[in-house]
Amino acid sequence: MTTAVKAARPKAGPATRPAVAGAALDGPPTWADEVHAMLVEAGVRQVALVPDAGHARLIRLCEADKRMRVVRLTTEEEGVGLLAGAWLGGEKGVLLMQSSGVGNCINMLSLPIACQMPLLMLITMRGDHGEFNAAQIPMGNSTQAVLEAIGVIVKRADVPSEVPEMVSSGLRLAFNTFRPIAVLIGQRVSGAKDFRKLTKPTDEDHE
Amino acid sequence: MNKPLRRREVVRELLKKRGDMLVVAGLGAPAWDITSAGDHDNNFPLWGAMGAAAMIGLGLALAQPRRRVLVITGDGEMLMGIGALATIAVQKPKNLSIVVLDNEHYGETGMQRTHTGYGVDLAGMARAAGFARSMNVTAAKDVAKIRAAIDAGRGPVFAQVKVDPEKLPLVLPPREAAYIKNRMRISILGPDALHQ
Repeated sequence: MTTAVKAARPKAGPATRPAVAGAALDGPPTWADEVHAMLVEAGVRQVALVPDAGHARLIRLCEADKRMRVVRLTTEEEGVGLLAGAWLGGEKGVLLMQSSGVGNCINMLSLPIACQMPLLMLITMRGDHGEFNAAQIPMGNSTQAVLEAIGVIVKRADVPSEVPEMVSSGLRLAFNTFRPIAVLIGQRVSGAKDFRKLTKPTDEDHE
Repeated sequence: MNKPLRRREVVRELLKKRGDMLVVAGLGAPAWDITSAGDHDNNFPLWGAMGAAAMIGLGLALAQPRRRVLVITGDGEMLMGIGALATIAVQKPKNLSIVVLDNEHYGETGMQRTHTGYGVDLAGMARAAGFARSMNVTAAKDVAKIRAAIDAGRGPVFAQVKVDPEKLPLVLPPREAAYIKNRMRISILGPDALHQ
């Protein structure tokens, strides 16, 4: 993955404001840098999230980007309401969560469905490839089914190179056809959590 | 003991000469209340999504920082999305106000008591979360103070208004959610809203 982050100038705000780049972060760029650039390009301003380790790099990129407002949620369904309000007021947003948060959102998704509003959800999977925690399996294994049951279109990426393509597809579907779209990012993409690592926590484990 | 406040009188006073204020109303009685004060392009009455009213207000307030955004909702609806108080307090939107019409009951489902009927202090929770201003209102003379706080633009503002658990005739807003969304977007963003 070598795509550089586009240094698009912020729409509102001083031209001197530094454009943020993936290079500001440690480590080589990943799919997250590409996705961040796509969100910028699409004009996404509100980034609602409940953290997940799989989203850690994308979250850091969004936090470092003055063009975006990161809204930390106490529970994922808050983000469905937030982004409905954002759309009413003319702003685009994205909702980042782990698959376990999907269950929290189901009834709230009646809002963008009834209102025909765009909603893009980027969902990192647990209870998926190589899961060690039994508690993650029930929601992880039913994430796609429950989203589709309520009427959300689901795209899925299982290798890193597929993520930008699926996000691009999700952005178009959500904002051109006015409906909730979920992009599932499989556990193979970020790697299954290593149980042994948990006995020796790193910064990454806390994100 | 004050005479209990009447919810539609409170709402009428809050929405008097509203100017370009944007109003989100929680499902059920608050939606009928704002409609009773006069249906408006800048009203977003909810038909569902219980627990979302305050968060819709936050998204709207962040997107439209120059406009006053008022969320009017019920105690049961606020309780269902109570975490939003913490989320809003972190974002500190100066232009957002939340008014809870607290009749201490779930009015649409048979008047079962809510937590506020057992003493839960929503305004205290908003204060503790970090709202710039939070009020417990029980007297008619204090409703004007809520409106003044909404207009002052030094929010987020929270007000818990104790109201009579009276049963009132339904005054229904338009039924179709996509229509309610589009008329508000056109009102805020102009006719281009439908071409974005």
